[in-house]
Amino acid sequence: MSFLADVVRWFADGSHWQGTNGIPNRLSEHVIMTLAAVVTAAVIALPTGIGLGHANRGGGLAINLANVGRAIPSFAILVLATQVVGIGAVPAYCALVALAVPPMVTNSFIGIRDVDAEVRQAARGMGMTGTQVLRRVELPMAMPMVLAGVRTAAVQVVATATIAALVAWGGLGRYIIDGLAQRDFVQVFAGAVLVAALSVATEVALALLQRVLVPAGIRTRVSDKNETFVAPVPVAEAA
Amino acid sequence: MPGTGLLAAGELLAASDPWVRWDWVSRHTDDIAAATRQHVELTVIAVVIGLAISFPLAVAVRRWKWTQTPVLSGTGILYTIPSLALFALLVPWTGLSRTTSEIGLVGYTLLILIRNTVAGLDSVPDEVRESARGMGFTARRQLLRIEVPLAVPSIIAGIRIATVTTIGLVTVTALIGQGGLGQLILEGLTRDFRTPLVVGTVLSIALAVVADVSLVGLERLITPWAQGRRRTAGVR
Repeated sequence: MSFLADVVRWFADGSHWQGTNGIPNRLSEHVIMTLAAVVTAAVIALPTGIGLGHANRGGGLAINLANVGRAIPSFAILVLATQVVGIGAVPAYCALVALAVPPMVTNSFIGIRDVDAEVRQAARGMGMTGTQVLRRVELPMAMPMVLAGVRTAAVQVVATATIAALVAWGGLGRYIIDGLAQRDFVQVFAGAVLVAALSVATEVALALLQRVLVPAGIRTRVSDKNETFVAPVPVAEAA
Repeated sequence: MPGTGLLAAGELLAASDPWVRWDWVSRHTDDIAAATRQHVELTVIAVVIGLAISFPLAVAVRRWKWTQTPVLSGTGILYTIPSLALFALLVPWTGLSRTTSEIGLVGYTLLILIRNTVAGLDSVPDEVRESARGMGFTARRQLLRIEVPLAVPSIIAGIRIATVTTIGLVTVTALIGQGGLGQLILEGLTRDFRTPLVVGTVLSIALAVVADVSLVGLERLITPWAQGRRRTAGVR
């Protein structure tokens, strides 16, 4: 197991913890890029999905968006972006936003649409306006589904940001891409450990956020205790 | 940063580079066909092995409750780890090989397939199970002759997602020397040449669509009893 010892030595090496190519800088690049992409995508996707769900319009489009998104390889989106906006952080950002939008639109649409018609009618019967129904009834009930979409998108963004090292951007993927190019498998492995840890941490952080944001009243009914460590699988709805 | 200088120089040329140069395509039809074939092979092997592993695990999860948490958490963590990182974790042990690609690709199919198989088996109505028992079916025959056929739509839904996802992920294996159509996409990047990039992307999407449509057709073919139900559901 001398290989693993080399990996441990790689992590212990002080020079890997400072400067542009140091772990703290690469990690913060990765985290900031992920946050920027997910927040931008959420601003675009959530109002769209929620609006369409509330009006119950454009369902075919909203549901198929995630299927179409899945069919386009994220690697291809990334490389195509370089042809449109050049190399560096900008194409990475654009590609990541494009990737994160579809699952969020689809999940928020389905979450709102699938709120029980009876619950909606009861809210109407109590004299709520359309906006009130949306804010007080539909959104809280759709919250687990909406957040599952955000989780799927965020985990995918962390993953694709790793490949973005190929288009001359930083992030933790640098170690893997450079290591592969130099046949330095210790660096490759160390980079992979860092990326894997970051994705699992993202997943767990969002699962905890979901615990906090989902209203207590529907929490026990909807969320499954076993799912904390399980990435939400895209909805298997027939197109 | 390998390739950066090359890319920067290529930037200047990009303006005059059309999205598709058909003369390049016609000169490279053999390469394109070989890449497509490799893409299909990598995908089919991954999904078939994925099914072979996930089916017994799905049955186990339903029979022994204690297996649920380890199986779902384990495959969930596999699913969460970015594809490039998973391949990179395997490279020191299995090299830049097809084995590395397949282990990674199979890893991604497991959670999707197990979840859908479990959901499908769970959806079999209790009355149906009781009737089967009443007719003297053993547990194994009941599973294979009654529950699995009724779970087919859900299992196929899982296979569809797993297949389409795998077709996309295969492109990433270009970075560890495999890749199928991903090689064309990578070539487009390293040579800053749009034609292979566009050809690789379009064919990859086309493969995903063809695979998805074929699986829907397969489902219709092997679940003839669901035909009438589908039609009434459509009318409603």
